Amino acid sequence: MKILVCISNVPDTTTKIKFTSDGKQFDATGVQWIINPWDELALTRALELKETTGGLIENITVINVGTKDTEITIRKALSVGADHAVRIDAIPTDAYAVASEIAKYVETHPFDLILTGIESSDYNGNAVGGMLAELLNIPSVSSVSSIEINEGKLIITREIDGGKQILDVPTPLVAIVQKGIAKEPRIPSMRGIMAARTKVIEVVNPINVAPLTDYILFELPQPKGKCKMIPADQLDELIHVLHQEIKAI
Amino acid sequence: MNILVYLEHWDGKFKKSTFELVSYAAAIAKQFQSNVYGIVLGNAETNEIEQLSKYGLENIIHIQNDVFKVLDNQLFTDVISQTVEFVNAKCIIFAHNNTGKALASRLSAKLKAGLVSGVVALPESKSPFIIRKKLFTGKATAQVKVNTEKCVLTLSQNAYGVYENSVAINKINADIKINAELCKTNLKEVQKFTAKVLLTDAEIVVSGGRGLKGPENWHVIEELADVLGAATACTRPVSDEGWRPHHEHVGQTGKIVAPMLYFACGISGAIQHVAGISSSKYIIAINKDAEAPIFEAADYGIVGDVMQVLPELTKKIKEFKK
Repeated sequence: MKILVCISNVPDTTTKIKFTSDGKQFDATGVQWIINPWDELALTRALELKETTGGLIENITVINVGTKDTEITIRKALSVGADHAVRIDAIPTDAYAVASEIAKYVETHPFDLILTGIESSDYNGNAVGGMLAELLNIPSVSSVSSIEINEGKLIITREIDGGKQILDVPTPLVAIVQKGIAKEPRIPSMRGIMAARTKVIEVVNPINVAPLTDYILFELPQPKGKCKMIPADQLDELIHVLHQEIKAI
Repeated sequence: MNILVYLEHWDGKFKKSTFELVSYAAAIAKQFQSNVYGIVLGNAETNEIEQLSKYGLENIIHIQNDVFKVLDNQLFTDVISQTVEFVNAKCIIFAHNNTGKALASRLSAKLKAGLVSGVVALPESKSPFIIRKKLFTGKATAQVKVNTEKCVLTLSQNAYGVYENSVAINKINADIKINAELCKTNLKEVQKFTAKVLLTDAEIVVSGGRGLKGPENWHVIEELADVLGAATACTRPVSDEGWRPHHEHVGQTGKIVAPMLYFACGISGAIQHVAGISSSKYIIAINKDAEAPIFEAADYGIVGDVMQVLPELTKKIKEFKK
């Protein structure tokens, strides 16, 4: 079985978001870039499955659509144990363009299981996985919180409102994963970092797909009014607020 | 420019979020002087469907078939895309929830129609189609221009509101082919959570952080939630420690919530947690550290020990309700 993990290069989740003064672009000054947290959990689960299924999984490849700057993030994926990495050399303009580039690669390099995170923590598109599956004309399961392999078959858990469903879905498949899929992302070991240095990142020329959408203006929300403090021994005041203003009781 | 709205149901019933979605779709139809169509797949109840007319739904296409019992993204997308052609829809709207996100992305690729997910307002213009969405987990918004004739949207929950607007509902028989062979999702088992109120539906959320000290103290959260009819939630460290199940984790990498009222109890206010709750209408924070960053995000704050303040507050609410 071959697994492809799609990874997005995003600002660290603690980043204070800023835009250029004309509001046209994200201001990347001083930003630390990381593997999108859900993509990182997807990769973690892929590695766990490879280790626990005794040779069933022959290869884990990570793929990213991005410029050379993203290679630091790609190297991290290699240093925690991905076997191979692919970078499609294009600026990721929108989800459709990204999904189209990955679909083109997968058409000539088939995988049994393709993993994507449920969204990227920057543009929150929730889009690449579903689009990729549609472009490849294969099934997709979203909100996946667990993947097990039993006798060579995938057992997928999907979160639904108020519960979960255990599903049996044939491969090839796109699984769009969320919280729960793996517990903690892995920290690269010194040995892993050294090994990753010698691995080659395959750079692929893009097909240059026109985006379906453009971001034209970014804005930060209005700052919130000051918090009104209520002394802990005057909870009747809070009861009054809950009743009169918030109308919660 | 007709509007098509996908209406999910839960065991045949709709929720408040469905009525918000219909209100929103009807408002866009009015803005663009066009017609609004709804599509329902599977066994929704007739009286439930009729309720949708209260919020301005003029036309409904209801396709019943047992194959729709379990969500198969490929099959559902195929059916919805045929419906788009049938009603000549130019704008297709989903809820920004698990199902909506799963279908909207596939439909966007199938129709080559620009997708804007997590929209928070009515379109700012029709041609070019420009609309506002949330990004960076609520830390910012952006105007997005759609470059294609058709567009696909997912509406953030509680971003628009529910508006009554009674119309006559017209049931339409659409000539849609159900390609059942597309369905590859085989359901083995369903497990239900035991929560009394679902986090994603809740008007009020009572959430606890590490300040609770341990799972054995969670009863103070649950008792306050009970008296308010609220859902319970937690921060990431709490779910990572296994004190609470991960489906209760609210924050950047967990659930994003937008309730009317969010109680942050013993929560310091890490930027990732605040991002997940910033769309709440009111935030009340209770923390023993007066310098905790949660007070910058909150509307009302109490400096105190949650183990003392919460039981006292619960008692006072009970007395007030009497």
